[in-house]
Amino acid sequence: MSIPLDSATELLRLQAAGELSAVQITQAALDRIAATEPQISAFTHRADEAAIAAAEKIDRDRSAGLPLGPLAGIPVAVKDVLCTRDMPTTCSSKMLAGYHSPYDATVVARLRQAGAVLVGKTNMDEFAMGASTETSAMGVTGNPWDPSRTPGGSSGGAAAVVAAGNCPLSLGSDTGGSIRQPAAFCSLTGMKPTYGRVSRYGLVAFASSLDQVGPMAWTVEDAALLLQVISGFDPADSTSLDESVPNFASDVAATDVRGLRIGVLRDSLDQEGLEPEVRRAVLEAIDVYRSAGAEIVDVSLPHSHYWVPTYYVIAPCEASSNLSRYDGAHYGYRAAISDAEAAERGPLLATYCKSRDEGFGAEVKRRIMLGTYALSTGYYDAYYLKALKVRRLIRGDFDAAFAQADVLLGPVTPSAAFRLGEKTDDPLQMYLCDLFTVGANLAGIPAVSLPAGFTAEGLPLGVQLQAPPLQEARLIRAGAAFQKLTTHHAQRPTL
Amino acid sequence: MSRLDTEHQVETIIGLEVHVQLRTQTKLFCRCSTEFGAPPNTQTCPVCLGLPGALPVINEHAIELAIRTGLALNCEIPPLTKWDRKQYFYPDLPKGYQISQFDLPICADGFLEITDPADDTHTRRIPLVRAHLEEDAGKSMHDEAAGISDTRIDLNRCGTPLLEIVTQPAMRSAAEARAFLSELKLLLTHLGVSDCEMQEGSLRVDANVNLHIEADGKEIATPIVEIKNMNSFRAVERAIEYEVRRQYIDWEDTGETIEDRAKQTRGWDDAAEATFAQREKEESADYRYFPDPDLLPVRLPRERIEAAQATLGELPAATRQRLQSQYDIKAYDADVIVNQGPAMIAYFETTAETAGDGRRASAWMQQDVMRSLKESDWEIGTFPIPAIDLGRLLRKVDAGELDNARARDVFQYMLENDTDAEGAIEALGIVAVDAGEIEALCRELLEANPKVVEQVRGGKEQAIGALIGQAKKKNPNANPQQVKETCLRMIREG
Ligand SMILES: [Zn+2]
Repeated sequence: MSIPLDSATELLRLQAAGELSAVQITQAALDRIAATEPQISAFTHRADEAAIAAAEKIDRDRSAGLPLGPLAGIPVAVKDVLCTRDMPTTCSSKMLAGYHSPYDATVVARLRQAGAVLVGKTNMDEFAMGASTETSAMGVTGNPWDPSRTPGGSSGGAAAVVAAGNCPLSLGSDTGGSIRQPAAFCSLTGMKPTYGRVSRYGLVAFASSLDQVGPMAWTVEDAALLLQVISGFDPADSTSLDESVPNFASDVAATDVRGLRIGVLRDSLDQEGLEPEVRRAVLEAIDVYRSAGAEIVDVSLPHSHYWVPTYYVIAPCEASSNLSRYDGAHYGYRAAISDAEAAERGPLLATYCKSRDEGFGAEVKRRIMLGTYALSTGYYDAYYLKALKVRRLIRGDFDAAFAQADVLLGPVTPSAAFRLGEKTDDPLQMYLCDLFTVGANLAGIPAVSLPAGFTAEGLPLGVQLQAPPLQEARLIRAGAAFQKLTTHHAQRPTL
Repeated sequence: MSRLDTEHQVETIIGLEVHVQLRTQTKLFCRCSTEFGAPPNTQTCPVCLGLPGALPVINEHAIELAIRTGLALNCEIPPLTKWDRKQYFYPDLPKGYQISQFDLPICADGFLEITDPADDTHTRRIPLVRAHLEEDAGKSMHDEAAGISDTRIDLNRCGTPLLEIVTQPAMRSAAEARAFLSELKLLLTHLGVSDCEMQEGSLRVDANVNLHIEADGKEIATPIVEIKNMNSFRAVERAIEYEVRRQYIDWEDTGETIEDRAKQTRGWDDAAEATFAQREKEESADYRYFPDPDLLPVRLPRERIEAAQATLGELPAATRQRLQSQYDIKAYDADVIVNQGPAMIAYFETTAETAGDGRRASAWMQQDVMRSLKESDWEIGTFPIPAIDLGRLLRKVDAGELDNARARDVFQYMLENDTDAEGAIEALGIVAVDAGEIEALCRELLEANPKVVEQVRGGKEQAIGALIGQAKKKNPNANPQQVKETCLRMIREG
């Protein structure tokens, strides 16, 4: 039989019915990975042996009648920004090449606890800084829909492995759109949960007040399965929210959207740079909801034109600080220092400067410099403090919008997946990929990207739903309803 | 500043920054042990090693200790305090930043009252700017042997909670700075918030020193110097004294004032008894403080602060006052007892209560007890004579059963033989002499010394003293007071 590597729900059912074993599923996933990697290069590390061993244990436990976790026997890939004690954790940076974390991130530990089979770590933009996975020091990842195009970023590898049919689920991280944009580029469902809903412990920090781990899958149903496992309070993360987690399965089943107030972000549809095909996908999604009985209301987020500037102050400021620890002294890359260099600046300063110069890529260095500058005496008030104030206004906009609407509907990205190399020389063009997504990070609210059709060229398009804090369930209901009414999420690339 | 022997009026201006390690079981942001002296890097975890992905979680006990300290230092405890990152690169700082507090410290303002070292009947109030919590760094151990500079890093200390207490530049002499530190240590050890061991680094002091010099009708300030590397209170005092002389001479030589030179850091060399210039930083440090996004601000509700206030108990300054009035002892004596810490206070109070005479108890504490402690390795907590036994002994003195000299013999015997007063008295063969025996003894003495009798009759009552020595020789247990009174009565009765 063919093994449905595109559906965790189906794989769980087939195992429960005794039709498939975890080892069979895992072997199929590993075979598929071996077949597609030459074209998409989505993994930074593949854990074939460990995956088979984990699958064997699941099968043993099942035959012994032991209780099994909610993801028992499901192959899952993990973005290489999450710490794993049995695999390298590199953040796709030369700085951390070969670095082994002595501990598992909380979400990774929860995956193992749930019986998930970890098949490997996925490629990403270096330290999650980028929108195309091209800043990776570990090579370029192709989009399974068209390997000459980007899968998006920074969680490009995590999106590509699901889209390539390697495994049904992956974990990404989203600081400014890094789950939702790749999901849109690869026709996946990708969710950034509420800030604090999912533990950040063991998520290598890019911008601590914005980072959040989230699920990627073909369907809302599968994404909800993974979200269920990773959500919930973690005492090891002080910013984690001590809030109960609803049973998302019941929200997947509740797909009646009659009376649901959907706020349409009209301004974003008139945004300069928004490609017509993306606009059309959003308008079609509005129609789908309207004909299903949802109430469509226009809302506006008056400070949305400040999102990107605010984001590109706050994120680099935090990044410049978070990345200070990579100094060549304790772990990670350390440059060799010549006697002359040691004599010129002293061995310590020379080691710091050269290690960081050689260990980090250009985009990471650019953001470290931006952040260092903005936090410096004399600039702090004008940049960082001002950005914090604008961030409060942005939050206020969302609060006001959610008084009128239950969820907000709009585009995820200005365009479909662009060609590899197309924007690598133009950081500002790359930053504009975040135009519609950074608002949710700045406001700390949950948001999901849903498959919403294709361009004339056959490239995937997405739409974004956003909800008030802790209302992931609302996104799951509205998303599952959309997928009941459409077939976009059922299309597969021919890789 | 008479020692400078100058024609100018010179005032010394001193401000202190004191880093105190708080006595928590575990570190400020992880649950690693804070115990001193473990093998290098054995008390570490991903959090205090600054490993990728690790996150800090506040130690509530450190907050509690900081609040207690702040209240004892008369500080304002704000309803909200927060954490900021202080950023700089150094190998003993693995995250590249120290989690500290910038603009909303846990303790603001405040003061500490000290006894004026120039006049122990007066107190001086030293105002505080603030006290804030921060994590300690690790230790770099430099090994420059064989021409190869090798640095090893021990991160056991990294993340230990520190409270940095900053005074106003309000001290005017090295002795005053030392008195401040002694009083601070007394208070903090009394509260149990810190060990305050300078040798172990649980108390570290930086002193900011400069001079205000009256010259040509103007007041001139010399450049401020921050002195580091002082490892005892004595060293602090000497370093400041040295620095005062150095700055004055430097001013005479160069005329440099505070406008001419930025704050300079100098280290104290204990052996050389001198401060020396430390390598100046290449550029002035910009720590780029910003709020730590990994930690939430800490709310400190009024009730929590009031509850902490209620657990403070009596602080040393109040104890001094109470001992003076309750036991009728002098300010100086109360000071000496209180400065020895809670165990000494408790010992004194039990002794005084049992003896029924505070002054006598105090006198014995100041002389006999403290001298014995000084001559031995004992602490008051391990002193062989329990306070209650000393109290009973003193009660006997009070009742006239023993004179001071005999009581000292008993004290010495108790010290050496683990016995109570009764046992010592018995062992020393000290027995009460009955009135008949005393009368017989006195009659014998009077008959043998007609001259003394005459002198007393002639009004020189103190002549009787000659007989007391003789009485002691004939019967060591004879109470001198009793002998004196009996002799005088017999002479009067003729
Ligand atoms: Zn630790």
